[in-house]
Amino acid sequence: MEVLQLLVSGISQGCVYGLIALGFVLIYKATEMVNFAQGDLMMLGAFFAYTYLNLMELHFLIALPATIFTMAILGALTERVMIRPMIGEPHFSVLMLTIGLGFILRAAAGAIWGNEPRSLDLPYAGGVIDLNGLIIGYENLVIVVGTALLCTLLFLFFRFTRLGIAMQAASQNQLAAFYVGIPVKRIYSLVWAISAGISAVAGILVAPVSLIDPLIGFIGIKAFAAAIVGGFGSLPGAIVGGLIIGIVEQFAGLYLPTGFSDVSAYVILLVMLLIRPEGIFATMQQKKV
Amino acid sequence: MRFIRKTHYRQDIQLFKHEGQVFWYALLALGLLAAPFLLSDFYLGELSLVFIYAIAGIGLMLLTGYTGQVSLGHAAFLAIGAYTHAYLLAQGWPFLASAATATIFTAVVGGIVGIPALRMTGIYLAVATLAFAIIVEQVLVHWESVTGGFRGMAVELPAIGALELDNSFNFYFLCLTVLVACLWLALNLLRSPTGRAMTAIRDSEISAQSMGIHLAYTKTTAFAISAGFTGLAGSLLAHKIGYLAPDSFTLLTSIQLLLMVVVGGLGSLHGVIYGAIFIGFLPQGIAVLRDTLPSGVAQIPGLEPGIFGLILVLVLIYEPLGIYGRWLKIRSYFEEFPLYRKAMHKRQRSYLRTERLK
Repeated sequence: MEVLQLLVSGISQGCVYGLIALGFVLIYKATEMVNFAQGDLMMLGAFFAYTYLNLMELHFLIALPATIFTMAILGALTERVMIRPMIGEPHFSVLMLTIGLGFILRAAAGAIWGNEPRSLDLPYAGGVIDLNGLIIGYENLVIVVGTALLCTLLFLFFRFTRLGIAMQAASQNQLAAFYVGIPVKRIYSLVWAISAGISAVAGILVAPVSLIDPLIGFIGIKAFAAAIVGGFGSLPGAIVGGLIIGIVEQFAGLYLPTGFSDVSAYVILLVMLLIRPEGIFATMQQKKV
Repeated sequence: MRFIRKTHYRQDIQLFKHEGQVFWYALLALGLLAAPFLLSDFYLGELSLVFIYAIAGIGLMLLTGYTGQVSLGHAAFLAIGAYTHAYLLAQGWPFLASAATATIFTAVVGGIVGIPALRMTGIYLAVATLAFAIIVEQVLVHWESVTGGFRGMAVELPAIGALELDNSFNFYFLCLTVLVACLWLALNLLRSPTGRAMTAIRDSEISAQSMGIHLAYTKTTAFAISAGFTGLAGSLLAHKIGYLAPDSFTLLTSIQLLLMVVVGGLGSLHGVIYGAIFIGFLPQGIAVLRDTLPSGVAQIPGLEPGIFGLILVLVLIYEPLGIYGRWLKIRSYFEEFPLYRKAMHKRQRSYLRTERLK
């Protein structure tokens, strides 16, 4: 029973990692840039939700789309102001830029909302389902269901819509995509908007499990590990990687000495990079001349 | 503009390109030697710190600026150097032996970390080094018998034989000597086949490989050398801060080191020095800023990292070649006056093609 209980909390934690990892993967898939500030976008999403739900006391069904919308605009704006001048620059510069962005966002959130931890007034928080002693909190259930829904939507989007396919084209070859009439710049803005929207959802989902403060964005690093374990650039890989890391973390917390739980994600990452650097669902291949 | 007429191949690898350089560097050396007699203790201490940052920066520059491998975890090497040195000193080792051992040990660790890193490029490497740094940080916290855990450990006062180095005057000269030695080493390395191979790998791995450069060997070497320099800086830093605790070597420290090489100017040793000066005096600048800002803004706790981030972003967008790049532009403006055109320094953009082939 204990094992099952751990598994449940591991899965729900893993889904959160997976969701943030989805944001990473989405931006990477479409623009081949790595956004290190994804965790901080999630933090910002949680704070906007806090503003709408707690401070303005909007209904949850209004606050949820409002948060996603705000974050989407913010994401597109970030792309327009910071990322677009960097198109054509080496990847490394963009990586550094997003690291800087993360620091700015953290300082801004601290300045606007303060540094003390806050909790979100969610309508579903606190309830539990009791399955013969196996306790599942509503918030964990919502995390899992929300993740599954979002993944399906994204899969359908990339597989079947013109826009989704255009995004894949833009990622594979900017210039060629531009030649066939894909508005590459607009696509980039859109991808950032979607990715920021996803991280807003992740922020709302994670809020009842861990309190909100400007530093929760750091779980973005673990989500990054998840994305790599799953195979960078693969949407199902992001979720699977997130689940692996979430579950291992829970078990390491119980069965191993203190400290191992915190580093387990990174140990998995390093081991994975050693034995199979391309991840579980490989999308990378050695470039041949 | 100065045109140098080359009459011999040796001139290509000379340390000083022309007499003008010799003159200016000699002037700089005189200034640095005179500084302790002119400056107060506080500024002397700050200058020593700048030198230490510069030594660590040389390490990171060799890796990132010259070999093109990004590391987000150099604070870990700084920490390994610092803790090894402090631990060995506490065991009664003499200063020089301990610092040398710490340097070599850090280089070996760097080499070992570098081996798996060879199979990765770009982001993978960045994240792997980040993961390594976080693991090292946790080890520092939990391995209490050696590191003292959260309580930290005190560092013994530095002394070579009978010469006490704990006052700021002597410590300044210690740091200066080490820095000059490191710069000389790095310059020589960059003129050697290994250094040239590193630069070739940065510019194009495929062409480097076609020219017969052993990628794995060169990258591991670069990693080990880089870690070694950073470890040496760590052992000096241990004396500078006097008391080691895990929170001196966090992710922020790694970012600070990276900020230093990027702001200074990637791919030049001048950039390291400019970057180190910038990083060393930035906290003072922020402190001054805090006094002038209205108290509401100035009291924000995360202000300092936020400003770091902002500067990083602005530099990357507007001046990717950093302070050194800006200086080159200003210099060529005056040298070419009135013929300078903006397009002379136009960066070439490359359009992105995927590395994923499927």
